[in-house]
Amino acid sequence: MATLKKSRIEISDGALIPEKDDSAVFSAWRISFFGALALIIALPLFSPEPYRRILLFLPDGILRTFEVTVLSIIFALFLGLFTGLGRISRIKVINRIATIYVEVIRGIPLLVQIFYIYYALGRIIKLPDITSAVIAMAVCYGAYLGEIFRAGIQSIPKGQMEAALALGMSRSQALRKIILPQTIKVVLPPVGNEFIALLKDSSLVSILAVSDLLRRGREFASKTFYYFETFTMVALVYLVITLFFSRLVALMEKRLHQNER
Amino acid sequence: MNDRVRVIDAKKFFGKVVALNGVTLSVKEAEVVLVIGPSGSGKSTLLRCINRLERLNSGEIWIDNDEVTKPKADIRKIREEVGMVFQSFNLFPHLTALQNITLAPKIVKKIPEKEATDKARMLLERVGLIDKADVYPGQLSGGQQQRVAIARALAMEPKVMLFDEPTSALDPEMIKEVLDVMLDLAKDGMTMLVVSHEMGFARAAANKVVFMDNGEVVETGPPEKLFTHPDMERTKRFLDHIL
Ligand SMILES: Nc1ncnc2c1ncn2[C@@H]1O[C@H](COP(=O)(O)OP(=O)(O)OP(=O)(O)O)[C@@H](O)[C@H]1O
Ligand SMILES: [Mg+2]
Repeated sequence: MATLKKSRIEISDGALIPEKDDSAVFSAWRISFFGALALIIALPLFSPEPYRRILLFLPDGILRTFEVTVLSIIFALFLGLFTGLGRISRIKVINRIATIYVEVIRGIPLLVQIFYIYYALGRIIKLPDITSAVIAMAVCYGAYLGEIFRAGIQSIPKGQMEAALALGMSRSQALRKIILPQTIKVVLPPVGNEFIALLKDSSLVSILAVSDLLRRGREFASKTFYYFETFTMVALVYLVITLFFSRLVALMEKRLHQNER
Repeated sequence: MNDRVRVIDAKKFFGKVVALNGVTLSVKEAEVVLVIGPSGSGKSTLLRCINRLERLNSGEIWIDNDEVTKPKADIRKIREEVGMVFQSFNLFPHLTALQNITLAPKIVKKIPEKEATDKARMLLERVGLIDKADVYPGQLSGGQQQRVAIARALAMEPKVMLFDEPTSALDPEMIKEVLDVMLDLAKDGMTMLVVSHEMGFARAAANKVVFMDNGEVVETGPPEKLFTHPDMERTKRFLDHIL
């Protein structure tokens, strides 16, 4: 049956997604994840000074990092969905706007965007730092997610839309009931990866006065001069979090595809 | 009987490619018309223009008293009345067989869930797949998928069914089960326009065979006549080629 071939989208951050045969006891994922976790627990246990203090100092930052990441991804998802739909729209103006947005954003480094939005917004309206940070991240990732949604929608075979139209559905009914539900399955892994990438990139907002994980680490280190130790812990915490989510994404993908095939 | 489908001097171009070059044909109520012809002769394009998945450049298409081709035509209404079955089935892979069938009646015709489900079960029964109601298309064989696709189209209670090479993507052992469903439909009085090269089906069910080439209708006739002694040389050559 050569029909309904499920197209896959290129995954940008592929290294994080566990491979199929990654279920072995000593898989790369397990070694990294449990290794990092063990270090986070063992270092403060066996060497309380300074690791214990570092560990106690970081949680506020972890929460902040999550706050920025989750808020950003929510806004970015909305922005991305509209951008993706805009990119396939038959209405020229909408299509053009969406395309320009994607082109412009993708051409500017995230760090520059964060500075720019922070200071540009600052001239008009004084926003809390975290708000500017979220806006900058969402605007940037909205463009990337837009491309993922566009590719996802376009990966659904043309026959699906035609079959829906032939049954008398309107274009928007077909999009909502036929195309988007299938798109979600296709885009889930890349979107999950963007979420992880965003989580990592959220460390950039430490440049603004947002006390995320990285910034908390810098604060601690500059007070105590335990640079190496502090950034070891910061790195390990990031690693555990991202590995945890990459596994979650992989499991979700598996569940979603169980129904078919 | 009245003409259910009328195609009058239909022309369709894709850029410089002439897909339909003045096609005229009609399908009467309860008639089964088979369209044959070489690849690229415009068979699919003809069907796709009838439910306006493609728009004609000139000419007219009528379904009963509705003009499909006029700019203001209520195209969704027309598509409700014209069922279409595709070569590649195009079932919705994220929905079960039953949901594939009930979706359009529910959201297009606003038929209540219960009623739509009962109808869908009846149709699955009819195509011999009642035990597959809750199975996803990916778990069905090609022949089973195509039968579900036929049931899905029938659920809208169309006046006409269009079939675009419904068996040509199937393994030989599955072709019969699909043709049997189509034969059953034909016996039941469904108006059908079928693109297919299944001669057995043509002999058993077709009232009329249309041979197309290069976007034109070359010859039309009853199957016995057209298959055995066609008038036109081009028809003869094509038949020699496929028989
Ligand atoms: N969307 C399209 N864009 C451009 N050209 C097209 C398109 N659809 C069909 N054509 C062209 O129109 C002509 C008729 O195509 P059509 O698909 O109707 O032929 P067909 O008789 O169904 O052939 P087949 O037996 O291969 O399915 C072909 O030359 C084809 O390349
Ligand atoms: Mg064709």
